[in-house]
Amino acid sequence: MHELAVAQALVEQVEAVITQHRATQASLIRVRIGPLAGVVPELLATAFPLAAAGSRLQHADLEFTHAPIRVRCRTCGAETEAAMNRLICGACGDWHTQILSGDELLLESVELETAPSLNPQP
Amino acid sequence: MCDTCGCNLTPGNKHLAFKPVAKGATAVSVLKGLLAKNDDQAAHNREHFDRRGILAINLMSSPGSGKTALLEATLTALKDEFTCAVIEGDLETENDAERIRAKGVQAHQIVTGTACHLDAHLVHDALHHMNLDGVDLLFIENVGNLVCPASFDLGQHLNVTLLSVTEGDDKPAKYPVMFRAADAMLLTKTDLLAVLDDFDPDKAEAHLRNLANPAPVMRLSARKDLGMEAWLAWLREQLAAQRARVAIGQSRRPAIQSDGMKYHNATA
Repeated sequence: MHELAVAQALVEQVEAVITQHRATQASLIRVRIGPLAGVVPELLATAFPLAAAGSRLQHADLEFTHAPIRVRCRTCGAETEAAMNRLICGACGDWHTQILSGDELLLESVELETAPSLNPQP
Repeated sequence: MCDTCGCNLTPGNKHLAFKPVAKGATAVSVLKGLLAKNDDQAAHNREHFDRRGILAINLMSSPGSGKTALLEATLTALKDEFTCAVIEGDLETENDAERIRAKGVQAHQIVTGTACHLDAHLVHDALHHMNLDGVDLLFIENVGNLVCPASFDLGQHLNVTLLSVTEGDDKPAKYPVMFRAADAMLLTKTDLLAVLDDFDPDKAEAHLRNLANPAPVMRLSARKDLGMEAWLAWLREQLAAQRARVAIGQSRRPAIQSDGMKYHNATA
């Protein structure tokens, strides 16, 4: 259940983005998670409201972008999809592969709400 | 790359940052690792280690697969050769740190309460309670858990994952995130293989290879002093490699994270 720790890190990061852009709150948070990141999106979604309570993103929607596992074979050069516990080349079956995607744990983007301009019209 | 000055925006991802959204709203592209704060602290810890020429090793496994027993035997064997120090992570008790201190080795116990893993901040706090002068090898014994510890960089140089032969030989297939992160896999308690008929060391190794992991697999029994020489030789080799890296101002991150980072940087 380290998803709560991840949710807290997420809240901290989005708070920083809100401050940096002088926004009032976040309305949508998009996170990209690969199966190999070791974080379960469903559990993160459960932990998120607890971590976000009282913050400027407590009303934000949390959206996940799924990152499929893809590997490149160092032997035959093929790029194929792979299962979480079989990261071998889908073309030649060799295990000397490199992960291209599937281990991401990224804050991809945030949609912010800005307060109406306070500058009085001349 | 940072999110202060906007230099994480490239021609490739600019469209994400400025796409039109509803009035009064802005969309901002961030493309930053969720655990960036932990990773920054981990990098800081690693600098501490590198400055002192210390090799830091993170030991991970299920509870009860013999991490502390392995440490006891290792510390005894290396007593006259290197200065070692140990950070112990458990939910409760000082028991493991006391076992290490009984070997005459400096140990600090992190009591995590309910947390199921160590993170870089906990390790940093622990470092402030330790005297690292003259230390060659620092072992960090993580909380016994095959899931959560794999996701947190502590600042270590190497991950060592233990699999005892009383567990299933398909553990690497069941816990791929953990075993993919291993720089070495130790099959422990091998003296019990004679009375167990359901653990095949070759199968365990094949499951590890299916994770595209080339890490060495060593079979040993710390209690019966079997196969320890290969493990000790690997440690000596890794310490020499760390000293060579430090001499030319380089460092090393544990196994798989480097690949992941390369990809993330390419994306952002």
